[in-house]
Amino acid sequence: MFLVSLTGFIIGLVLTLQTRPTLLEFGAASWMPSMVGVSIIREIGPMITALVCAGKIGSSIGAELGSMRVTEQIDAMEVSGTNPFKYLVVTRVLAITLMLPLLVIIADFLALYGSFLVEYFKGNVSMQLYFNEVIDALKFGDTFPATIKSFFFGFTIGLVGCYKGFYSKKGTEGVGYAANSAVVLSSILLFIIDFIAVFITDIFFEL
Amino acid sequence: MKNNSDKYSAVIEINDLYKSFGDNTVLNGFNLTLKQEEILVIMGKSGSGKSVMIKTLVGLIEPDKGSILVMGNDISVLTEEVLDDLRADIGFLFQGSALYDSMTVRENLEFPLRRHNKKISKNINIEALVIEALTDVGLAHTIDLMPSELSGGMKRRVALARALILKPKIILYDEPTSGLDPITSKEIIILMKEIQHKYNTSSLIITHDVDCARAISDRMILLIDGINYANGSYEELIQLEDPKVKAFFKH
Repeated sequence: MFLVSLTGFIIGLVLTLQTRPTLLEFGAASWMPSMVGVSIIREIGPMITALVCAGKIGSSIGAELGSMRVTEQIDAMEVSGTNPFKYLVVTRVLAITLMLPLLVIIADFLALYGSFLVEYFKGNVSMQLYFNEVIDALKFGDTFPATIKSFFFGFTIGLVGCYKGFYSKKGTEGVGYAANSAVVLSSILLFIIDFIAVFITDIFFEL
Repeated sequence: MKNNSDKYSAVIEINDLYKSFGDNTVLNGFNLTLKQEEILVIMGKSGSGKSVMIKTLVGLIEPDKGSILVMGNDISVLTEEVLDDLRADIGFLFQGSALYDSMTVRENLEFPLRRHNKKISKNINIEALVIEALTDVGLAHTIDLMPSELSGGMKRRVALARALILKPKIILYDEPTSGLDPITSKEIIILMKEIQHKYNTSSLIITHDVDCARAISDRMILLIDGINYANGSYEELIQLEDPKVKAFFKH
């Protein structure tokens, strides 16, 4: 959570700092809260959070299950009358599928707060005004698809991490490979899912 | 599930077992019979298919061909549920101990008890069973430690306690002394003998450690070229003039 919070906060700060001069040039600084709000809620928040989680949680699941496979703990579980798929995979996939949207909400909020701080110190904008502008700019078509795709992001990270770990090849090299390939594959899939999600959202909500 | 409890009858029968991984044939028509209360040692070089064979007995690896009868049950036709019930009668000591890293010693031992809950009655005291099993291996004081806090020999003993916790009729040992120093290996062998004496189990031991095999076996099988190449007591086997048998014991 710390990693996601920090990343979100800094993204909000940086996005606002870098966009502000351009908007000022066009006399459109008042658009800042709505532009940053929509960007973060629709795209940056879910995607950055998912990528951070793919690196942190996906690799961790891949390495943990890979290590359990290599040291025969998964075999021991099966001999003990436990279905390792249900015990190890279903629980992890379910946990990250349900938790990722919550992390996205935290990251979104901190990114907006970071953005507000820049506006507060550079533009003397009050918190109430800033967040009112953000809320006014957001529509159902911004928040609902972002939440739904966050569930899919979480499911993908969990599933890929578990798959890579569960079927890792023998040896310590296999554990490293499982962790690494879990991050690489889930990151690629996240971008593909994001593209599909935006495509579908455009059909239903006319972005 | 059948219950073949006639004394001295075969508890495990393997007939014509074949298993290949790509072009590598590891079992090429392997046969075996383990009798009740017998200690049978399967010996072979590393990579000869010993571990593959022992894992086929509990359904962890599916053979390409051949039949496996465990206490009269053909494991290839059992449903997952019946196979799990059968597994409750089989203790398995894995080569690297395979203790669950994230659980304490107590939780490691409780795990099979809670999972195979059909075998134990509701009134049973799980704590007492865990302590009894740990006392059998001389490690009752480690009950609240994590596996990472144990030495290699202690891990093997705890794994043995876990294999024993359900009072199995058969115990399968996969390289019980591998990776251990000679003194600890001897301690494990003594422990295995004591357990055999106390629980009257049938034991199938996979090893390439000749000293271990000699010390504990009633009978030995040499697994060479995927078949049971030679069969008999240690004294009988070392008398054989066959070059492959001689070469095995020479190394």
